[in-house]
Amino acid sequence: MSRLIITGGTLLDHTGERPGSIAVADGHIVDVATTIDTTEHDTVLDATGCIVSPGFVDLHVHLREPGKEEAETIETGSRAAALGGFTAVVAMPNTDPAQDSVAVVEFVRAQGVRAGLCDVLPAGCITIGRAGERLAPYGELSAAGVHLFTDDGNGVQDPQLMRRALEYAGPLGIVLAQHCEVASLTKGAVMHEGSCCSRLGLPGWPAIAEELMVFRDIELVRLTGVRMHFLHLSTARSVQLVREAKAQGLPITAEAAPHHFTLTDEALAGYDPLFKVNPPLRTPADIAALKEGLADGTIDAIATDHAPHAPHTKEVPLDEAPPGMLGLETALALAITELDMPLAHIVGALSWRPAAIAGVAHRHGRPLVVGEPANITVFDPAAQWTVVPANLASKSRNTPYAGRHLTGKVRHTVFDGAAVVIDGVAQR
Amino acid sequence: MSTHAKHLLAIDDLTPEQIHHLLELTDHMVEVSGRSIPKVPALRGKNVVSLFFEDSTRTRTSFDTAAKRLSADTMNFTVSSSSVSKGESLRDTIETISAMGVDAFVIRHKSSGAPQMVTRWTNASIINAGDGWHQHPTQALLDCYTIRTGLNRRDGFDGLHIAIVGDIKHSRVARSDIQAFAALGARVTLVAPPTLLPPSIADWPVEVSHSLDPLLPHLDVLYLLRVQRERMADALLPSLDEYSAMYGLTAARAAKLPPHALVMHPGPMNRGVEMVVDPGELPGSAILHQVTNGVAVRMAVLFWLLGSGSDLKGDV
Repeated sequence: MSRLIITGGTLLDHTGERPGSIAVADGHIVDVATTIDTTEHDTVLDATGCIVSPGFVDLHVHLREPGKEEAETIETGSRAAALGGFTAVVAMPNTDPAQDSVAVVEFVRAQGVRAGLCDVLPAGCITIGRAGERLAPYGELSAAGVHLFTDDGNGVQDPQLMRRALEYAGPLGIVLAQHCEVASLTKGAVMHEGSCCSRLGLPGWPAIAEELMVFRDIELVRLTGVRMHFLHLSTARSVQLVREAKAQGLPITAEAAPHHFTLTDEALAGYDPLFKVNPPLRTPADIAALKEGLADGTIDAIATDHAPHAPHTKEVPLDEAPPGMLGLETALALAITELDMPLAHIVGALSWRPAAIAGVAHRHGRPLVVGEPANITVFDPAAQWTVVPANLASKSRNTPYAGRHLTGKVRHTVFDGAAVVIDGVAQR
Repeated sequence: MSTHAKHLLAIDDLTPEQIHHLLELTDHMVEVSGRSIPKVPALRGKNVVSLFFEDSTRTRTSFDTAAKRLSADTMNFTVSSSSVSKGESLRDTIETISAMGVDAFVIRHKSSGAPQMVTRWTNASIINAGDGWHQHPTQALLDCYTIRTGLNRRDGFDGLHIAIVGDIKHSRVARSDIQAFAALGARVTLVAPPTLLPPSIADWPVEVSHSLDPLLPHLDVLYLLRVQRERMADALLPSLDEYSAMYGLTAARAAKLPPHALVMHPGPMNRGVEMVVDPGELPGSAILHQVTNGVAVRMAVLFWLLGSGSDLKGDV
């Protein structure tokens, strides 16, 4: 029997760290030992100096298919995910058509299986067409395996509709995930409302537009008792509101994106649309609060909000450019480089904690023991590299980190028992 | 002699010395403009293209006149007559026209930062003729020149008190003027209701007042901005009547200004809103001087960016 042997690394999962080697066969871990003898039939992945961890789970990616295949396809996005160490990604539903029907989510899932690089988990919409008017068919979608529902890109504005959505979702055991933005406060907004937007002459996206919806939804969770997830929190006050809500025992989870804890609004001083994102880059104080929230567990997960855009759509004046930036291939390195947190905590925020939120804790983020599904990431936490947009696997090039020197790089990714990335090279 | 620049995008790209230099250059251009044949060969063979993605009669005409007085070739390109209305991107438009051989683009665009974006796609000089709410640097230079001549302040604006009144938030003129006036040493006070101020200006070199009347007797320059009707739709103002009652320049308010004070406006004026009194009846009105000086200032800017610079006297 041919096996995959990961040898010479440090195993890290939610139970702790220890040196060890892993043997994988038929999609599962079949042996874990200090050393494993290999035969000529085995494929050996050298993990010397590396961390071997459960595969990463990204709660927030835009794969653009169907609808905007010029920017990304499920295949190219899956390849970027695998290279970033992700073995599962939640595909946001702002496709065209939107993922509000079984037909569309089945298509997205099938394209993910065809690519075979990671689990592509389609998210459903909270409302039909993400229009904020009528509930999407949660029951049908849930039966088709959809676990996370969001109108991402739009917040659900109507509090009555949001209350009904939570009430209806409750018994289904699904997760509603909110893009927190009170739209009337962000009309025409291009960047964070503060001194930089005042100087540049651009309409601002005030922090309170996020915080008001975070506050409203915390109260709706309190009222309904139904759990909720907050997408890409960006402000200090949002973090504090979630911290207080969690302390009161409310069933709330939250994520933060690497760009929100590494870049500030001053990055927009040159009007470069690569730095335009929604919610926008904010202030050093917000970055500090997000880091604190990640460190104390207020923020459960690091999620990339990977948002590819074709080059020509970003080569326009800032106010006309679509928001969003690439994230899958830089997330781990940004977390290691910028977060002053133990590696085990960083890996938790990338792996088993988002796996639980995405409803895939039975397949991803598992402990590294015999019998578990083989979704495994091997990364070198000390590897130095420089971001070169042309070298990214994504079909688009809109990373805000071109030229940035980072520490930490994925070396191998094992998805469903297969080595889909070996020595930093995608195998499919 | 000041260092040359390639582009004029914003006032804060200029040092105070460069502003002074441009104003001195403007003196020469005023002299040229006063000749019986107001034309010199300084920019002969240079191609200046005006690209206006937003309506403007006076600024475009002013640049056009300035370029022609310096003997540059000029070409006008407006959105309605261009392929932009057929969906051509800004980048393709710039690259296509650049390929015909262009020395300078004069650009007005509704988007803040568009002229800066354009510098990536051409080797030509870019002159910002107004971008969104951001900057209108030649307006600021002509305003400085108007104050410099009107109040005889060749050496700078130390001790001058200038009030800029109106919709600061949405005004590229205000953003440029504030930087230019402050660079030359003036004390600048912004006068507006809080809804018409930018959200965060603690680091700006200005004071802020929400009422105009107490300031009037102490001002050397009263600079009024245009207030647009659409601001009511965004709940920034209750009504133009209320704005006029609180901030409009009436005859009674004008009478409180010191006799030497200048009244300025970038145009076009809203008569009966910010300008209630007939400006023709204001002894201190410098509004038409602003327009006249606009041509000379734009000649100076074109010459500074495209001309031989140091041998201006020989050329002019």
